[in-house]
Amino acid sequence: MPAVQVTELTVRYGSAGAVTAVDRLDLSAEAGEVLVVLGPNGAGKTSTIESLEGYRRPTSGRITVLGLNPISDHRALTARIGVMLQNGGVYPMIGPRRVLDLFASFYPDPLSTESLLDLVALRAVAATPWRHLSGGEQQRLSLALALIGRPEVAFLDEPTAGVDPEGRRAIRAVVADLRAEGVCVLLTTHELAEAEKMADRIVILSAGRVVRQGTPHELIGAAATSGLTFGAPPGLDAVSLAGALGTGAVVTETAPGRYRVDGASGPAATAAVANWLAERQADLTDLSRGRNLEDVYFEAVGAAARGPAEPDVTVVAGRRTRRTRRGRRPHEVR
Amino acid sequence: MKALLAQTRAEVFMTLRRGETLLLTVGIPVLFLLFFSSVHVVTTPTEAAVNFFVPGILSLAVMSTAMVSLGIATGFERGYGVLKRLGATPLGRPRLLGAKIATIVAVELVQAAVLVPVGLILGWKPGGHGVVAGVPGSVAVVLLATVAFAGIGLLMAGVLRAEVNLAAANGLYLVLLLLGGMVVPIGKLPGGLASFAKLLPADALSAALHATLGAGVAVPAESWVVLAVWAIAAPVAAAVSFRWE
Repeated sequence: MPAVQVTELTVRYGSAGAVTAVDRLDLSAEAGEVLVVLGPNGAGKTSTIESLEGYRRPTSGRITVLGLNPISDHRALTARIGVMLQNGGVYPMIGPRRVLDLFASFYPDPLSTESLLDLVALRAVAATPWRHLSGGEQQRLSLALALIGRPEVAFLDEPTAGVDPEGRRAIRAVVADLRAEGVCVLLTTHELAEAEKMADRIVILSAGRVVRQGTPHELIGAAATSGLTFGAPPGLDAVSLAGALGTGAVVTETAPGRYRVDGASGPAATAAVANWLAERQADLTDLSRGRNLEDVYFEAVGAAARGPAEPDVTVVAGRRTRRTRRGRRPHEVR
Repeated sequence: MKALLAQTRAEVFMTLRRGETLLLTVGIPVLFLLFFSSVHVVTTPTEAAVNFFVPGILSLAVMSTAMVSLGIATGFERGYGVLKRLGATPLGRPRLLGAKIATIVAVELVQAAVLVPVGLILGWKPGGHGVVAGVPGSVAVVLLATVAFAGIGLLMAGVLRAEVNLAAANGLYLVLLLLGGMVVPIGKLPGGLASFAKLLPADALSAALHATLGAGVAVPAESWVVLAVWAIAAPVAAAVSFRWE
């Protein structure tokens, strides 16, 4: 049995359930797996995680965490899960050592406060009240609180938000250790590079539904080495650029200022893009071969991540089409 | 038991570290007792003003701790996400509530330890067989009132935003201070208002303490009834409206 199993989960809010936050969502995660949940704001990530944690009663659907119902078996479940909230969650006037000691008293076999202070590098500020800790230190303390009960499932809500590079590396190491110990980790984030580094599997949500899922390799897939992606000022003349790349080249502005080239690659295509931009005094902010998770993400969430006013422009060797409705896949006109 | 003790220790530690809480629960009652016992702005039914004000201010102290301090602190804990975070631990609602009640009782003991000596220094002479004789009835009625006031405080913390709750709790504190027979004898209120005030837990408590610690007689039956009703209704309403976040 998976550590986490979600079947047809629906969560609605508002009077008479006017707002659908999660819409017939299916999800599962195994012990020893890091599942990263991605999606724009309002995609249903937090509603899903909070339903799993037992904070939110689903409108319909079935959830089990370690074989238990998060609502009816909440008390039994709390001893076996770890929760890291997105914000706050700690008394402002007490410091890491005192709050870790307090939380340790809630669990039958907790990790030691001292080992956790070292693990999340908070020994130097162990007596500093929460409200005086930096954002990164607060995040690391929240992570430590999620780990203190030796959880079998850990829910980490944006663990690297506001954390400096050293802190992120430390958090990635902690997540890797959890995986190695057989802990199931469900993690939400907006940071795609972090997701790619930490995830065994990624689920991308949009409008409360799963729009793409798989391992990072599966998501990026064979396209990882084909075509080009680059950043440049938004709204460039994709018709002209596709023409400069030659017959069969497809240029798509996947998000404002993000472009993808299909059907052309290699040194010649790289040079053509660079020259075309240089002729127009346009900066090339980055260029990589193939697609990355960011490209996959924007494709998956579609117009939901871009907003209604931003059309998708796909150009194939000088012909173009515009897409102005939200949520539709770009299509090509030949 | 380990979790309950640790949570209680943390709650007591934080209560004693909050300057505004100490001002509300100890500072203001002591100042009121000193002021009203020394400056005759209110005509009291007792010969010596202090004999009226000690039971009244002890009632005020109970209300300050059990209703205002608890309610405001709980409202902000919800705002900070602390209750939500605790809700995902094995601590559980009963032990959290138990820790908060134990903290209130600890603060009330501190209040009594400060206010009673101050009253005695000011010349307070308990009626009947003295302060010791009044202790059992007083303790029982204070415990009942504590449950009633805590229910009101938690109810407000459960339904109001932290900032609104802060204002509402302070507003209610003032209203009950004036209508509760603590510094203004209930007999001074207009007839209709006095009848209404007698239905409030503040007046029921102060009437009970005036009886046990002032006149040296038993707690009036009306006080038991009013406090019992509040001690059942308010916690039930608080439990129904309780939210971890």
